[in-house]
Amino acid sequence: MATHFLGDTAVLTGRTLRHVTRSLDTIITTAITPIAIMLMFVYVFGGAIDTGSVSYVNYMLPGILLITIASGISYTAFRLFGDMQGGIFERFHSMPIARSGVLWAHVLTSLVANVISLVLVFGVALLMGFRSGAGVLSWLAVAGILILFTLALTWIAVIPGLTAKSVDGASAFSYPLVFLPFISSAFVPTGTMPGPVRAFAEHQPVTSIVNTLRGLLTQQPVGTDVWTALAWCAGILVVAYVFANVSYRRRIS
Amino acid sequence: MSIPTASARAPGPAIHVRGLERSYKQLRVLRGVDFEVARGTIFALLGSNGAGKTTVVRILSTLLKADAGSVRVNGFDVATQAADVRASISLTGQFAAVDEILTGRENLVLVARLRHVRQPGAIADELLRRFSLTEAGARRVATYSGGMRRRLDIAMSLIGTPPVIFLDEPTAGLDPQARIEVWQAVEELSERGTTVLLTTQYLEEAEHLADRIAILHQGRIIVDGTQDRTTTSNK
Ligand SMILES: Nc1ncnc2c1ncn2[C@@H]1O[C@H](COP(=O)(O)OP(=O)(O)O)[C@@H](O)[C@H]1O
Ligand SMILES: [Mg+2]
Repeated sequence: MATHFLGDTAVLTGRTLRHVTRSLDTIITTAITPIAIMLMFVYVFGGAIDTGSVSYVNYMLPGILLITIASGISYTAFRLFGDMQGGIFERFHSMPIARSGVLWAHVLTSLVANVISLVLVFGVALLMGFRSGAGVLSWLAVAGILILFTLALTWIAVIPGLTAKSVDGASAFSYPLVFLPFISSAFVPTGTMPGPVRAFAEHQPVTSIVNTLRGLLTQQPVGTDVWTALAWCAGILVVAYVFANVSYRRRIS
Repeated sequence: MSIPTASARAPGPAIHVRGLERSYKQLRVLRGVDFEVARGTIFALLGSNGAGKTTVVRILSTLLKADAGSVRVNGFDVATQAADVRASISLTGQFAAVDEILTGRENLVLVARLRHVRQPGAIADELLRRFSLTEAGARRVATYSGGMRRRLDIAMSLIGTPPVIFLDEPTAGLDPQARIEVWQAVEELSERGTTVLLTTQYLEEAEHLADRIAILHQGRIIVDGTQDRTTTSNK
């Protein structure tokens, strides 16, 4: 049975990917909010924000990318919730397949769907004048951090997907995650914020991730931010993974 | 690990249940259920709404753990040999477990791939034909009627020819025509040597289909009797 784990997971992932490709509106919806925020900030507020020598669209794109992921994973929870409700999970669980493959299929699909949304948002940012002289290694690092962040948030999304009582409950958890970049260094330098807000902004995960991505894309040194960012991502990933698996075992026992 | 097939049968009855107990918190749903199902026969578990039929089926198909008792399916213990049990069974739950976004054919191919049968496409087409779904096969299941979903659900359970099949209230909510189609599918299964355990709320349905009927009431089997199916069946 273990030897079938990869094959079975691939088959199950093919199924959930079809759910994505047959409701492309979910990808559009995921991308539209961050794009709207980007338009607002660049063309309305951006002129009033002093970001030094960095153009505003270059400055805020990292935060926009994180918002894209945070809103994208609510559909992961939504798809998982649908499977729990529909009884198809029970069918899979009563079959001789590796049970964990059922969850991994959703996680891999979440990665693919989010990458598509991120590419869309990147495309719009390019049209709006985003430019980067970053080298291949920096781009790979950017991609790696975005994927790690997506994985961490996806495992968070698995928890409400498995435990929610209603479809609204399954996706409502993502609102605070979408909001978090606004109280960070994503849109305005934290130096302008009043004391307690600034303290929060500088110590929450988004700021270190945003600073790292921004450093990589604008070819500035990333300093210790990269380690703080990786530690946050890895920490969230491990904790969420453990809780998701506990919820999963509770649901299927 | 061995993957049992319909041909590789362990000796003894297909299903063996002794002293099965299960509670949900304070609610004692099963209080010592005993029954046995001989290989190749149709067994009907009859009980009113809330009697515990679904609880029994979920325990037999390894989805739920028993509090006490011994349960063996195809010779394998559901608690300690769950993987072997799953390789021996197919479950058609009380509510159709089909993927609404996929087409009927894609649903069948999906299960065929997961069961590692050869030529998943050919198997899917053959089952679509057998269940009169060939024309609907390319349509998304979301557009299907209740009867069509049920038929697809049962067709999905037949893939890989498991020796034991559980059908939890397979005709609930169906119109008379669809009900007859499901009955025919169950009879066909039995003719091919599959052991069928089905649950129902209707004595008439149990009498029509089953070789043996057990009535589940207040957590126990209160009647367990064999009947001659040919006297009540219209075939
Ligand atoms: N997960 C559960 N938690 C609490 N009570 C449950 C649960 N599942 C079933 N029950 C209760 O157990 C009893 C038997 O349920 P069930 O096995 O579904 O009966 P049937 O299938 O015969 O209608 C019912 O009273 C039902 O409300
Ligand atoms: Mg029931």
